[in-house]
Amino acid sequence: MNTLAAPALAVPAAPLAARLRVLAASLLPAGAALGVTVLLFSAAVALAGFDPFEVWGLIVRGGFGDAFAWQNTLQRAAPLILTGLAVALPAQAGRVIIGAEGALVLGGLAAAALGLQLVAAGPWVVWPVMALAGAAAGGLWIGFVGWLRERREVNETIASLLMSFIAIALFNQMVETVLRDPASLNKPSTQPLPDALLLPAMPGLDVHWGLGVGIVVALIAWAVVKLTPLGLSLRVAGGNPRAALGVGLPVAWLTIGACAAGGACAGLAGAVEVAAVHGAANASLIAGYGYSGILIAFAARFSPLGVVPVAILVGGIAASGSLLQRRLGLPDAAVLVLLGIAFVALIACETLRHRSFGGRRG
Amino acid sequence: MGETLGWWGVPLAILGGAIRVGTPLLWVSLGETVTEKSGRINLGLEGTLLMGAMTAFAVSLHSGNPWWGIVAAAAVGVLFGLLHGALCSLSRVNDTAMGIALMLAGSGLAFWLGKPLIQPSAPDLPMIALGAWSDSPAVRAALSINPLFVIGVVLAFAVHWVLGRTRVGLRLRVVGDSENAARAFGLSPSAYRIAATAFGGACAGVGGASLSLVYPGAWSEALSSGQGVMAVALVIFARWDPRRCILAGLLFGGASAISPALQAMGYTQGYYLFAALPYVLTLALLIGLGKPGPSDGAPGELSLNR
Repeated sequence: MNTLAAPALAVPAAPLAARLRVLAASLLPAGAALGVTVLLFSAAVALAGFDPFEVWGLIVRGGFGDAFAWQNTLQRAAPLILTGLAVALPAQAGRVIIGAEGALVLGGLAAAALGLQLVAAGPWVVWPVMALAGAAAGGLWIGFVGWLRERREVNETIASLLMSFIAIALFNQMVETVLRDPASLNKPSTQPLPDALLLPAMPGLDVHWGLGVGIVVALIAWAVVKLTPLGLSLRVAGGNPRAALGVGLPVAWLTIGACAAGGACAGLAGAVEVAAVHGAANASLIAGYGYSGILIAFAARFSPLGVVPVAILVGGIAASGSLLQRRLGLPDAAVLVLLGIAFVALIACETLRHRSFGGRRG
Repeated sequence: MGETLGWWGVPLAILGGAIRVGTPLLWVSLGETVTEKSGRINLGLEGTLLMGAMTAFAVSLHSGNPWWGIVAAAAVGVLFGLLHGALCSLSRVNDTAMGIALMLAGSGLAFWLGKPLIQPSAPDLPMIALGAWSDSPAVRAALSINPLFVIGVVLAFAVHWVLGRTRVGLRLRVVGDSENAARAFGLSPSAYRIAATAFGGACAGVGGASLSLVYPGAWSEALSSGQGVMAVALVIFARWDPRRCILAGLLFGGASAISPALQAMGYTQGYYLFAALPYVLTLALLIGLGKPGPSDGAPGELSLNR
């Protein structure tokens, strides 16, 4: 599916006015999508009998209103940055992967299983091992999808989602049988990590180190994609595979590598969730972060750095869900509708790109 | 049901289950076949399926008549199909991405609107009792066929005939195979694609209705677990032939029915692994088939593997 817009390879030096025109042209679709989203969601909320102004006010307050809201938001943003990268990195190679949810739960499972074996070794052994185990599990899982695409021409979008359902089944089977803690009665879980092995909060913040890990990984991904020859090769392979083959680039391996790197990010998200939030692998890991990551990556136009602010925004909207439910009795699924409308509007408003400002064609 | 028939209950339960579980797969893949024949792919049918299931359940409850529920589910499906079809007709709007977006939007909306629906079940569809000759309740249960399956089978043959034998079917295939040829004939690709996506949406809505009204026969947020996406893969397996969608639905419905059938027998080990069987099978099939070409009936304009 080579239908994704190729990321621009180089920005030509241009006079200020022209650059402003290009900037405006690139902001137009996003602005239009935002307007459409606000209008449609307000209408939906009003139809359901709620006051749209009150709802928007609560979304802003619940996501970003005070220190507690920010803590909740950033806590959610940590895995969302990584699942956003799980979609954004394969997209550099022109691949649409939507199965990050499965890579995340398997990453969490691998991290919990290995971490529990090494409890005696202390946190500075356990944390890196958990991170590596999570990243390896997720990387292999989505790397396999990339391999299927390159070697067997299996559509990666469908395959990654099927693999996601298989991953969740595997996860449930393991958590309910061999890895199950007999003490977990109602909610099958692996054995919990001792409190000393839980990821601590970052200094000055009430948010665990998973956020720092996410931001650092995003920075590294951005640097590799934008600044290194490897990243350039990857973007050439994604933008014009024929040309890439012509100059002798290993297109298939670049693509598989990008898919594996994305999967590794999702697996790392699972490991972080286990080590920082849940303390064990259980069904709480299946929280839809993988699906939100799709929206985040598209909204960031697959920029590894752009994923960070969008993940914080989406994390804030998700965090406001419980406040909406408590205050207004608005079902928490309303947040999913808001994100869904935003996603549809975002894709639809792509039609405005490079339309009215006469800028470069994408 | 295991007591009376022993292990014979398993194949029988799988057959009955193949029809019950296969019905939504048949409907969704049938609709998607028509959509893809026009050169579009709608990955958002998972959302349409859930909207259809929720709508059918709610309308059946309020009207007391399950058939109204099915009509309403089809209507909601048409709306989602029209939305996808119309938005994808805008330039630079990618049908794969729009499908993913509508999958998330549709499921969110279904969960929101379905929140008040906590009743255990809606009025039942009358079943067709093919097992009336038998004294065994297990045989009767397995051969009590839901009418949506029968309608789906008839519709599959009807769609096959329309695509192959009628003027509108020929035009649809031309649009799906070559936009340039379609334009040369004076056909509007967008109009045909929007109509074909609306038809696909209607079918997915009815498929959802069979989830909430027939099997499992209630509304819950866990009602659909990827059937909408599996159906898209099944279209490849069916090689864009509506009649093969029946076979595909039964085969994958049967695979999905193995796990509950074994559980009913008291065999619970590896429950989740058996539950993953349909996904594994679908993936294996995609791997085995490789890239479908024109000789497999793949429409030329389809972005699926381009």
